[in-house]
Amino acid sequence: MMARFRQNRWFEPALIALIIIIIGLVLPSTYYFRIATLVLIAGLSATGLNLLLGYAGQISLGHAGFVGIGAYAVAVLPAKFAVPSLLAIFCGTLVSGVVALIIGRPILRLKDHFLAVATLAFGILIAMVLNNEQWLTGGPDGMAVSRIELFGIRIRSAQSWYWISGTVLVLAVVLARNLLDSSTGRALRALHDSEVAARSAGIDVARIKSIVFVISAVFASLSGSLYALFNGHVTPDIASFLNSIEIVTMVVLGGMGSLSGGLVGAVILVVLPQALSFFHEYEHLLLGVLMILILVFMRAGIVPTLAARWARGRL
Amino acid sequence: MLAQFLQFAMSGLTVGAVYGIVALGFTLIYNASGVMNFAQGEFVMIGGMVTVSAVGAGVPLPLAALIAVIVAASVGVLLQRLAIEPVRDAPPVVLIIITVGAALVIRGVAQIVFGKQLHKLSDFSGDTPLAFLGASILPQALWVLAGTVLIVTLVWLFLNLTMLGKALIATSANRLAAKLVGINISFILALAFALSAVIGAAAGILVTPITFTYAEVGTLLALKGFAALVLGGLGSPLGAVIGGLLLGLSEAFAAGYLSSTYKDAVALLLMIAVLLLRPGGILGHAGAERV
Repeated sequence: MMARFRQNRWFEPALIALIIIIIGLVLPSTYYFRIATLVLIAGLSATGLNLLLGYAGQISLGHAGFVGIGAYAVAVLPAKFAVPSLLAIFCGTLVSGVVALIIGRPILRLKDHFLAVATLAFGILIAMVLNNEQWLTGGPDGMAVSRIELFGIRIRSAQSWYWISGTVLVLAVVLARNLLDSSTGRALRALHDSEVAARSAGIDVARIKSIVFVISAVFASLSGSLYALFNGHVTPDIASFLNSIEIVTMVVLGGMGSLSGGLVGAVILVVLPQALSFFHEYEHLLLGVLMILILVFMRAGIVPTLAARWARGRL
Repeated sequence: MLAQFLQFAMSGLTVGAVYGIVALGFTLIYNASGVMNFAQGEFVMIGGMVTVSAVGAGVPLPLAALIAVIVAASVGVLLQRLAIEPVRDAPPVVLIIITVGAALVIRGVAQIVFGKQLHKLSDFSGDTPLAFLGASILPQALWVLAGTVLIVTLVWLFLNLTMLGKALIATSANRLAAKLVGINISFILALAFALSAVIGAAAGILVTPITFTYAEVGTLLALKGFAALVLGGLGSPLGAVIGGLLLGLSEAFAAGYLSSTYKDAVALLLMIAVLLLRPGGILGHAGAERV
């Protein structure tokens, strides 16, 4: 009974929505809302990367590049070209999607370490442009982001951003779940297990990889836009190598190929630095240790490992 | 005109030699174990950092360099034993993430031990430039070039003339067959990591007087080493070194004649272009599959 319930495609998104609502109702102060919002925003890019890394088995070490495009779209377009913020979000996702479409097809032909390095180079190139084009982006110091206005109301409180990010995240999870349950999703899993077998079964491997790459880029871009609007200021650090690695770590930690896993990873990686004041000082070290420990001792990631244990316990 | 050209060429060859050595380090580990070690740039950083600190503590340079090389070799072996060996049969994506994690760990430790600032080592034999056809050449550049020639020669001699080196080549060619003829694979893999760390550290020691060093220098170095590898073709040690020199030269000429703002972008763009247009590299075999 419970198992059938859990297999329903709406179960995971509904559970996530429920948790977000409950947390939103009990959070005591703006400070907590701020952190929770950061979790939701990070969860969005983790969900996108999880589709690519966890389900399609394609690595990207440059996803922060897309986050950077989204963030700077809502920073630069309203400030320099008088584009409304909402339209700027759309422009950012459009640019990210088109860039992903153009570079995705040739880049995804590459395997494993070649793909890793090509995406890493892409991310670093974006960060380089953001750092160097001072006239446009304000250089290494970054730039202020004007607040978004909806129906004449300026949105700035952490509470509002919590509910906005929560809604976007739930929609993204629903979309991801639907994609995974479609024929594309089945093709993805086939591709993950064996590319050769998938191809001989008539799956257009290149097309499927491109689709997932574009979707993950759009999610990353959206999360960048949300972050910039919420934070009110962006710096090129958002597109840095370290940020790309953080997204990868969220997915690996929580569980490759588990949507809620990516979100658990986001919770851990956002809350940990807040809870441990020394985290920032040892950020590189702690991230690296986490990645190695998880892959050596809990290859599937936290959520799938615990889920498997729980299922075994019940049976 | 000629003087300027020579000046750019010389600085290109100097940094190119370092890229070549990083690429050679990649190749040694990749050939032996099939792992692309993203912590390769960190070995170069360790070489520079440890030497700087030891010299700062009053240790004479040759001894400081020796300490640095030993530290790097130990880190290489630890990396193989603690992080790679336990997941030896994991899919490539997992191995990539593990070595990225290892790179972060090494960098994080370096930040704690040495701090986050730039470190400088004084030139081995003075910093009075030598005049050559109108170009001025730093004595340290000659050290780098001579050192590179020496390192490449030693690696070649080791691989081709010693029993251990041949065992390493045998393991690269066919691990199962190597095991069958009695080669201790586990030892050979650790050896590949140690050797790769040693040459990386040596390059770091040679080049630190020119480029300085800092805890996070590794990412870009690894990327450029990889770019050199892609230019030269994956798997070929000679190709790796030639790729490095080519890359250094194109970078120096682009910076000199075009713009220095995007000096670092040259390597990345060149690499992406070669990956997409000629995935086998200029000298090597195929690295990508058609899908």
